[in-house]
Amino acid sequence: MLLSDSDQAMINGEAGEAARIAMELLLATAEADGANELIGISGAHIDGCLYHGKAGVDFARSLLDAGARVVVPTTLNVSSLDLLHPELYRGDPDVAAAARQLMDGYVAMGCVPSWTCAPYQLPGRPGLGDQIAWGESNAIVFANSVLGARTGRYGDFLDICCALTGRAPAVGLHTDEGRRATLRIDLDLPDTLLDDDLVYPVLGHVVGELAGTGVPVIVGLDERATEDRLKALGAAAASSGAVAMFHAAGVTPEAPTVDTATGGREPDTRVSVGREELMAARAALNQGSGPLGAVSVGTPHFSESEMETLARLASGRSTTVPFYVNTSRDVLEAAQQKGTAAIIERFGAVFVTDTCTYITPVMEEVAGVVMTNSGKWAFYAPGNLGVEVALAGLKACVDSAVSGVITVGEEW
Amino acid sequence: MTESGYRVLVEGTATGDLLRLDAPISLWGGLDSETGLIIDRSHPQFGASMSGAIVVMPHGRGSSSSSSVLAEALRIGTGPAGFILATPDSILVVGSLVAGRLYGKSCPIVCGSVPPGSTGIWVIDHNRVHPLPGPGRSPPFAG
Repeated sequence: MLLSDSDQAMINGEAGEAARIAMELLLATAEADGANELIGISGAHIDGCLYHGKAGVDFARSLLDAGARVVVPTTLNVSSLDLLHPELYRGDPDVAAAARQLMDGYVAMGCVPSWTCAPYQLPGRPGLGDQIAWGESNAIVFANSVLGARTGRYGDFLDICCALTGRAPAVGLHTDEGRRATLRIDLDLPDTLLDDDLVYPVLGHVVGELAGTGVPVIVGLDERATEDRLKALGAAAASSGAVAMFHAAGVTPEAPTVDTATGGREPDTRVSVGREELMAARAALNQGSGPLGAVSVGTPHFSESEMETLARLASGRSTTVPFYVNTSRDVLEAAQQKGTAAIIERFGAVFVTDTCTYITPVMEEVAGVVMTNSGKWAFYAPGNLGVEVALAGLKACVDSAVSGVITVGEEW
Repeated sequence: MTESGYRVLVEGTATGDLLRLDAPISLWGGLDSETGLIIDRSHPQFGASMSGAIVVMPHGRGSSSSSSVLAEALRIGTGPAGFILATPDSILVVGSLVAGRLYGKSCPIVCGSVPPGSTGIWVIDHNRVHPLPGPGRSPPFAG
């Protein structure tokens, strides 16, 4: 491993005990991943602030006791608690106390209390070519694919090690070679389908199953693939698979052409995805058939434009079931200033910030199927919450909430 | 078959029943750290126990929270005895290393494969991986 003078100084403990511990873990994983050197990063996003048990708290505490302080701008992912709406929490108070301790620990290290899984919706997001170290699978895939920033898949613990040292292993998606598409996915779809929001998370689910850990290039999307739609696609692909980056030819910044995405080489594999495959994936994610119990949208966290769309759909209407909107405190504040938040609240929806409905007990006891517009939520909620899920576009979610009857929208 | 030359990702030794996963798994949402059971309903090995097992899998999948879930399972004592991965996975590596640093409870992780159809008790011994030798391969008594 080729180490810089400052790397060596950190290993020797000259930058403090916390930086030494962080560098030790960073080097062990860098070696596992086959890195020959470390590179500097300009920012980090920490997933380790979500409570999964005592080990996380003990780790944060051990770093803090060693004087931990981040050396690059560092944002925090969702946690287990909604600090703006604490009354929503319905779980074990002891868990809440431990989760709060974990959150406070990361803030004490100098991280920004952003509490969002969509740091790419915050001001000052990274851009093309920026080297960063992000945790949270949907944020990772968005940063690499849509922003053209460069991050590996940083798990809990390793994320903060990068933030404490300002370094990351120079492998995989940090390098040109690691970003080259090796799988080509040709879409063979009726053109009008690309106007349907629901196509994007469902396509993401299929892409994740096809690509696994690989980097695919999707051929057949166009300018209708907005940031919100690419966000839904990536989040689903990082749930059904381990996709950390995709290219969309003619859409994403490193794929003006298919050739650019593949580095001018033939992809190892080439597959076609048509209406049949999408319909099968949609059916697989739609397990619910009973009465409508609740609706949850905003996984990943709603953007300002998604707030506006929801406000338009919900204006002057009322939901008949609990309706949850997951978003960040920053986006909520913007929506409050614009007046869209008030419209959504009059509709009867509940805002959930700082966390998400599928990772912590905030939803009321659900009698019936939960509808969502998120492929990621549909993938994880049955296991996490033990609920049945119906997946549909945002309009169908709102219409169903008003009527109280599940209508999943048009057949494809 | 006794093989050396496995690539060591996390150093150590372990003995346990081989648990081959037919699909990659995200430990977050896939492993209950309280019980060591696989809780991902869509996974082929849904309901199987990772606790004390030598887990063979192609690679990790999905959430970056898997490091925390592994460290927590190792802390509680419900975690796997070790991993044999076809491809390196730094998310599992860091989870194991942190459990080692905090509690002295890391689990070894090596990169390589075992022959198709392998079952029974296997051993990870640093860079060597092999079935538990000798007749009467019965599981050791608990405790």
